[in-house]
Amino acid sequence: MFRAVVRLSTAGTRGLVRTRPSCSAPLASRCFSHGKVETDEEFDSRWVTYFSKPDIDAWELKKGMNTLIGYDLVPEPKILDSALRACRRLNDLASAIRILEAVRDKAGPHKDIYPYLIQELKPTLTELGISTPEELGIDKL
Amino acid sequence: MLLKGKNRRSSLLANTTRIKCASSYWLLLFVRAEVSDTVDMSRPMYCDRLDIPLPDKPYRDVLTDAEESLKQKEKGPWSQLSREEKIALYRLSFCQTYAEMKKPTGEWKTVIGGIFFFVGFTGLVVWWQRIYVYPPRPRTFDPEWQAMQLQRMLDMRVNPIQGFSAKWDYEKGQWK
Repeated sequence: MFRAVVRLSTAGTRGLVRTRPSCSAPLASRCFSHGKVETDEEFDSRWVTYFSKPDIDAWELKKGMNTLIGYDLVPEPKILDSALRACRRLNDLASAIRILEAVRDKAGPHKDIYPYLIQELKPTLTELGISTPEELGIDKL
Repeated sequence: MLLKGKNRRSSLLANTTRIKCASSYWLLLFVRAEVSDTVDMSRPMYCDRLDIPLPDKPYRDVLTDAEESLKQKEKGPWSQLSREEKIALYRLSFCQTYAEMKKPTGEWKTVIGGIFFFVGFTGLVVWWQRIYVYPPRPRTFDPEWQAMQLQRMLDMRVNPIQGFSAKWDYEKGQWK
Protein backbone atom coordinates (compact mmCIF):
# COMPACT_ATOMS: atom_id res chain seq x y z
CA MET A 1 0.00 0.00 0.00
CA PHE A 2 2.77 2.40 0.86
CA ARG A 3 4.50 1.87 -2.50
CA ALA A 4 1.20 2.69 -4.28
CA VAL A 5 0.92 5.95 -2.36
CA VAL A 6 4.49 6.85 -3.32
CA ARG A 7 3.76 6.30 -7.03
CA LEU A 8 0.49 8.24 -6.95
CA SER A 9 1.86 11.33 -5.23
CA THR A 10 3.42 14.04 -7.38
CA ALA A 11 6.48 16.29 -7.12
CA GLY A 12 9.33 15.42 -4.84
CA THR A 13 8.90 11.67 -4.92
CA ARG A 14 9.57 10.97 -8.60
CA GLY A 15 12.27 8.43 -9.06
CA LEU A 16 12.21 7.54 -5.40
CA VAL A 17 13.16 3.93 -4.92
CA ARG A 18 12.10 2.38 -1.70
CA THR A 19 14.41 -0.56 -1.17
CA ARG A 20 13.24 -1.22 2.35
CA PRO A 21 9.83 -1.01 4.00
CA SER A 22 10.02 2.44 5.54
CA CYS A 23 7.44 1.79 8.18
CA SER A 24 9.78 -0.62 9.96
CA ALA A 25 13.09 1.26 9.56
CA PRO A 26 14.36 2.29 12.97
CA LEU A 27 16.06 5.51 11.95
CA ALA A 28 14.21 8.63 10.87
CA SER A 29 11.31 7.46 8.71
CA ARG A 30 7.61 8.19 8.91
CA CYS A 31 4.48 6.73 7.42
CA PHE A 32 1.45 8.58 6.09
CA SER A 33 -1.73 7.16 4.66
CA HIS A 34 -2.37 10.16 2.38
CA GLY A 35 -0.74 13.30 1.08
CA LYS A 36 2.83 14.00 0.08
CA VAL A 37 5.29 11.78 1.90
CA GLU A 38 8.25 13.51 3.49
CA THR A 39 11.50 11.70 2.79
CA ASP A 40 13.98 10.83 5.50
CA GLU A 41 16.38 13.45 4.18
CA GLU A 42 13.73 16.17 4.24
CA PHE A 43 12.82 15.22 7.79
CA ASP A 44 16.46 15.31 8.90
CA SER A 45 17.24 18.62 7.23
CA ARG A 46 14.12 20.19 8.67
CA TRP A 47 15.22 19.31 12.17
CA VAL A 48 18.84 20.28 11.58
CA THR A 49 17.61 23.67 10.41
CA TYR A 50 15.39 23.98 13.46
CA PHE A 51 18.22 23.47 15.92
CA SER A 52 20.69 25.50 13.85
CA LYS A 53 18.82 28.73 14.41
CA PRO A 54 21.54 31.07 15.73
CA ASP A 55 19.33 32.81 18.31
CA ILE A 56 17.38 29.74 19.37
CA ASP A 57 15.96 30.19 22.85
CA ALA A 58 15.68 27.75 25.69
CA TRP A 59 11.99 27.13 25.17
CA GLU A 60 12.50 26.29 21.49
CA LEU A 61 15.27 23.87 22.37
CA LYS A 62 13.08 22.15 24.97
CA LYS A 63 10.06 22.04 22.66
CA GLY A 64 12.11 20.71 19.77
CA MET A 65 13.80 18.01 21.83
CA ASN A 66 10.61 16.88 23.54
CA THR A 67 8.83 16.69 20.17
CA LEU A 68 11.73 14.85 18.55
CA ILE A 69 11.86 12.31 21.37
CA GLY A 70 8.12 11.87 21.00
CA TYR A 71 8.57 10.48 17.49
CA ASP A 72 8.94 6.76 16.90
CA LEU A 73 12.55 6.98 15.77
CA VAL A 74 16.08 7.60 16.95
CA PRO A 75 17.32 10.93 15.57
CA GLU A 76 20.21 10.95 13.11
CA PRO A 77 23.60 12.08 14.41
CA LYS A 78 23.42 15.29 12.40
CA ILE A 79 20.20 16.33 14.14
CA LEU A 80 21.73 15.61 17.53
CA ASP A 81 24.85 17.50 16.51
CA SER A 82 22.89 20.67 15.81
CA ALA A 83 20.89 20.17 19.01
CA LEU A 84 24.09 19.88 21.06
CA ARG A 85 25.45 23.00 19.42
CA ALA A 86 22.20 24.76 20.32
CA CYS A 87 22.80 23.71 23.93
CA ARG A 88 26.27 25.24 23.67
CA ARG A 89 24.83 28.53 22.42
CA LEU A 90 22.43 28.48 25.37
CA ASN A 91 25.25 27.61 27.85
CA ASP A 92 23.30 24.52 28.95
CA LEU A 93 25.56 21.53 29.55
CA ALA A 94 22.95 19.65 31.60
CA SER A 95 20.53 19.60 28.66
CA ALA A 96 23.27 18.32 26.36
CA ILE A 97 23.92 15.36 28.67
CA ARG A 98 20.18 14.80 29.03
CA ILE A 99 19.81 14.64 25.24
CA LEU A 100 22.42 11.87 25.09
CA GLU A 101 20.59 9.95 27.83
CA ALA A 102 17.30 10.39 26.02
CA VAL A 103 18.52 9.01 22.68
CA ARG A 104 20.09 6.06 24.43
CA ASP A 105 16.69 5.35 25.97
CA LYS A 106 14.97 5.84 22.59
CA ALA A 107 17.08 3.08 21.06
CA GLY A 108 15.42 0.69 23.49
CA PRO A 109 16.53 -2.91 23.08
CA HIS A 110 18.72 -2.10 20.04
CA LYS A 111 21.98 -1.80 21.91
CA ASP A 112 24.10 -1.06 18.85
CA ILE A 113 22.44 2.27 17.96
CA TYR A 114 23.75 4.36 20.86
CA PRO A 115 27.45 3.41 20.43
CA TYR A 116 27.08 4.29 16.74
CA LEU A 117 25.64 7.69 17.63
CA ILE A 118 28.41 8.40 20.12
CA GLN A 119 31.01 7.34 17.57
CA GLU A 120 29.53 9.73 15.01
CA LEU A 121 29.21 12.55 17.55
CA LYS A 122 32.67 12.06 19.09
CA PRO A 123 34.26 15.03 17.21
CA THR A 124 31.44 17.32 18.34
CA LEU A 125 31.57 16.05 21.91
CA THR A 126 35.28 16.65 22.20
CA GLU A 127 35.03 20.02 20.47
CA LEU A 128 32.32 21.28 22.80
CA GLY A 129 33.65 19.49 25.87
CA ILE A 130 30.47 17.49 26.48
CA SER A 131 30.99 14.36 28.58
CA THR A 132 28.79 11.37 27.85
CA PRO A 133 26.61 10.04 30.68
CA GLU A 134 28.87 6.98 30.78
CA GLU A 135 31.97 9.12 31.38
CA LEU A 136 30.19 10.88 34.23
CA GLY A 137 28.90 7.62 35.67
CA ILE A 138 25.27 8.72 35.71
CA ASP A 139 24.18 5.92 33.42
CA LYS A 140 24.43 3.59 36.39
CA LEU A 141 22.43 3.78 39.57
CA MET B 1 -19.73 33.04 65.23
CA LEU B 2 -18.06 34.90 62.34
CA LEU B 3 -15.68 36.75 64.66
CA LYS B 4 -14.83 33.56 66.50
CA GLY B 5 -14.05 31.93 63.15
CA LYS B 6 -11.78 34.80 62.03
CA ASN B 7 -9.82 34.77 65.29
CA ARG B 8 -9.35 31.06 65.05
CA ARG B 9 -8.23 31.43 61.45
CA SER B 10 -5.46 33.92 62.25
CA SER B 11 -4.07 31.75 65.02
CA LEU B 12 -4.18 28.71 62.81
CA LEU B 13 -2.38 30.60 60.04
CA ALA B 14 0.49 31.19 62.43
CA ASN B 15 0.89 27.45 62.92
CA THR B 16 -0.01 25.92 59.56
CA THR B 17 1.78 26.21 56.24
CA ARG B 18 0.61 28.76 53.69
CA ILE B 19 -2.99 28.26 52.54
CA LYS B 20 -3.94 29.27 49.03
CA CYS B 21 -7.46 28.04 48.41
CA ALA B 22 -10.42 29.49 50.29
CA SER B 23 -12.08 26.13 50.87
CA SER B 24 -9.25 25.02 53.17
CA TYR B 25 -10.33 27.79 55.58
CA TRP B 26 -13.64 26.01 56.16
CA LEU B 27 -11.78 22.70 56.35
CA LEU B 28 -9.62 24.12 59.13
CA LEU B 29 -12.66 25.32 61.06
CA PHE B 30 -14.25 21.90 61.10
CA VAL B 31 -11.31 19.50 60.86
CA ARG B 32 -8.49 21.53 62.47
CA ALA B 33 -6.04 19.61 60.32
CA GLU B 34 -2.71 20.67 58.77
CA VAL B 35 -3.07 21.67 55.12
CA SER B 36 -0.19 20.54 52.93
CA ASP B 37 1.60 22.87 50.53
CA THR B 38 -0.49 23.56 47.47
CA VAL B 39 1.29 23.58 44.14
CA ASP B 40 0.64 26.42 41.73
CA MET B 41 -0.15 24.44 38.60
CA SER B 42 -0.54 27.57 36.48
CA ARG B 43 3.25 27.91 36.40
CA PRO B 44 5.69 25.62 34.57
CA MET B 45 6.38 22.49 36.57
CA TYR B 46 9.29 20.10 36.71
CA CYS B 47 8.75 16.45 35.83
CA ASP B 48 10.96 13.39 35.47
CA ARG B 49 9.69 11.55 32.41
CA LEU B 50 11.47 9.34 29.93
CA ASP B 51 9.53 10.88 27.04
CA ILE B 52 10.09 14.49 28.14
CA PRO B 53 13.86 14.82 28.38
CA LEU B 54 13.86 18.58 28.95
CA PRO B 55 11.14 19.62 31.45
CA ASP B 56 9.55 23.08 31.49
CA LYS B 57 11.76 24.36 34.24
CA PRO B 58 15.04 23.30 35.88
CA TYR B 59 14.85 21.25 39.02
CA ARG B 60 16.65 23.80 41.16
CA ASP B 61 15.61 27.40 40.62
CA VAL B 62 17.01 29.08 43.68
CA LEU B 63 20.77 28.66 43.65
CA THR B 64 23.39 29.23 46.30
CA ASP B 65 26.34 31.51 45.57
CA ALA B 66 28.59 28.57 44.79
CA GLU B 67 26.02 27.23 42.34
CA GLU B 68 25.64 30.66 40.76
CA SER B 69 29.38 30.87 40.17
CA LEU B 70 29.29 27.38 38.68
CA LYS B 71 26.57 28.54 36.32
CA GLN B 72 28.81 31.43 35.31
CA LYS B 73 31.65 29.01 34.66
CA GLU B 74 29.25 27.05 32.45
CA LYS B 75 29.20 30.00 30.06
CA GLY B 76 32.86 29.37 29.27
CA PRO B 77 34.41 26.34 27.58
CA TRP B 78 32.93 23.14 28.99
CA SER B 79 36.21 21.29 28.73
CA GLN B 80 37.41 23.40 31.67
CA LEU B 81 34.71 21.95 33.92
CA SER B 82 35.69 19.04 36.10
CA ARG B 83 33.73 15.80 36.18
CA GLU B 84 32.15 16.70 39.53
CA GLU B 85 31.19 20.15 38.27
CA LYS B 86 29.46 18.65 35.24
CA ILE B 87 27.55 16.24 37.47
CA ALA B 88 26.63 19.14 39.77
CA LEU B 89 25.33 21.14 36.81
CA TYR B 90 23.28 18.13 35.71
CA ARG B 91 21.81 17.71 39.19
CA LEU B 92 20.90 21.41 39.34
CA SER B 93 18.76 21.06 36.24
CA PHE B 94 17.43 17.54 36.77
CA CYS B 95 16.28 15.54 39.76
CA GLN B 96 16.67 11.98 38.50
CA THR B 97 18.90 10.54 35.81
CA TYR B 98 17.40 8.22 33.21
CA ALA B 99 18.91 5.26 35.04
CA GLU B 100 17.19 6.34 38.26
CA MET B 101 13.89 6.85 36.45
CA LYS B 102 14.07 3.37 34.96
CA LYS B 103 15.10 1.69 38.19
CA PRO B 104 12.90 -1.33 38.94
CA THR B 105 10.58 -0.55 41.81
CA GLY B 106 10.01 -4.04 43.16
CA GLU B 107 6.31 -3.31 43.07
CA TRP B 108 5.69 -6.82 41.77
CA LYS B 109 6.65 -8.23 45.15
CA THR B 110 3.93 -6.16 46.80
CA VAL B 111 1.43 -7.27 44.18
CA ILE B 112 2.21 -10.99 44.50
CA GLY B 113 2.33 -10.72 48.27
CA GLY B 114 -1.02 -8.97 48.29
CA ILE B 115 -2.51 -11.62 46.04
CA PHE B 116 -1.31 -14.44 48.32
CA PHE B 117 -2.49 -12.60 51.41
CA PHE B 118 -6.02 -12.10 50.12
CA VAL B 119 -6.24 -15.60 48.67
CA GLY B 120 -5.14 -16.91 52.06
CA PHE B 121 -7.69 -14.76 53.83
CA THR B 122 -10.37 -16.02 51.47
CA GLY B 123 -9.30 -19.57 52.30
CA LEU B 124 -9.80 -18.87 55.99
CA VAL B 125 -13.24 -17.45 55.30
CA VAL B 126 -14.21 -20.52 53.27
CA TRP B 127 -12.95 -22.83 56.02
CA TRP B 128 -14.98 -20.96 58.64
CA GLN B 129 -18.03 -21.19 56.39
CA ARG B 130 -17.56 -24.95 56.02
CA ILE B 131 -17.62 -25.32 59.78
CA TYR B 132 -20.28 -22.81 60.81
CA VAL B 133 -22.46 -22.08 57.76
CA TYR B 134 -22.82 -25.28 55.72
CA PRO B 135 -25.86 -27.37 56.67
CA PRO B 136 -25.33 -31.00 57.75
CA ARG B 137 -24.09 -33.39 55.04
CA PRO B 138 -27.05 -34.89 53.14
CA ARG B 139 -27.51 -38.65 53.63
CA THR B 140 -27.68 -39.06 49.85
CA PHE B 141 -23.87 -38.78 49.80
CA ASP B 142 -23.39 -41.95 51.89
CA PRO B 143 -21.98 -44.91 49.95
CA GLU B 144 -24.84 -47.15 51.11
CA TRP B 145 -27.44 -44.70 49.87
CA GLN B 146 -25.55 -44.33 46.57
CA ALA B 147 -25.60 -48.13 46.12
CA MET B 148 -29.34 -48.28 46.75
CA GLN B 149 -29.81 -45.35 44.33
CA LEU B 150 -27.78 -47.12 41.65
CA GLN B 151 -29.79 -50.34 42.05
CA ARG B 152 -33.06 -48.38 41.78
CA MET B 153 -31.87 -46.69 38.57
CA LEU B 154 -31.02 -50.06 37.05
CA ASP B 155 -34.37 -51.52 38.14
CA MET B 156 -36.14 -48.54 36.49
CA ARG B 157 -34.15 -49.15 33.30
CA VAL B 158 -32.89 -45.53 33.19
CA ASN B 159 -31.72 -44.71 29.61
CA PRO B 160 -31.83 -48.33 28.44
CA ILE B 161 -31.02 -47.73 24.73
CA GLN B 162 -27.78 -45.76 24.71
CA GLY B 163 -27.25 -44.39 28.22
CA PHE B 164 -27.03 -45.71 31.74
CA SER B 165 -28.84 -49.08 31.80
CA ALA B 166 -27.62 -49.94 28.30
CA LYS B 167 -24.15 -50.33 29.80
CA TRP B 168 -25.35 -52.83 32.46
CA ASP B 169 -25.40 -56.50 31.57
CA TYR B 170 -28.64 -57.74 33.22
CA GLU B 171 -27.90 -61.43 32.61
CA LYS B 172 -24.51 -61.42 34.23
CA GLY B 173 -25.31 -58.71 36.79
CA GLN B 174 -22.26 -56.54 36.03
CA TRP B 175 -21.15 -53.65 33.89
CA LYS B 176 -20.56 -54.47 30.23
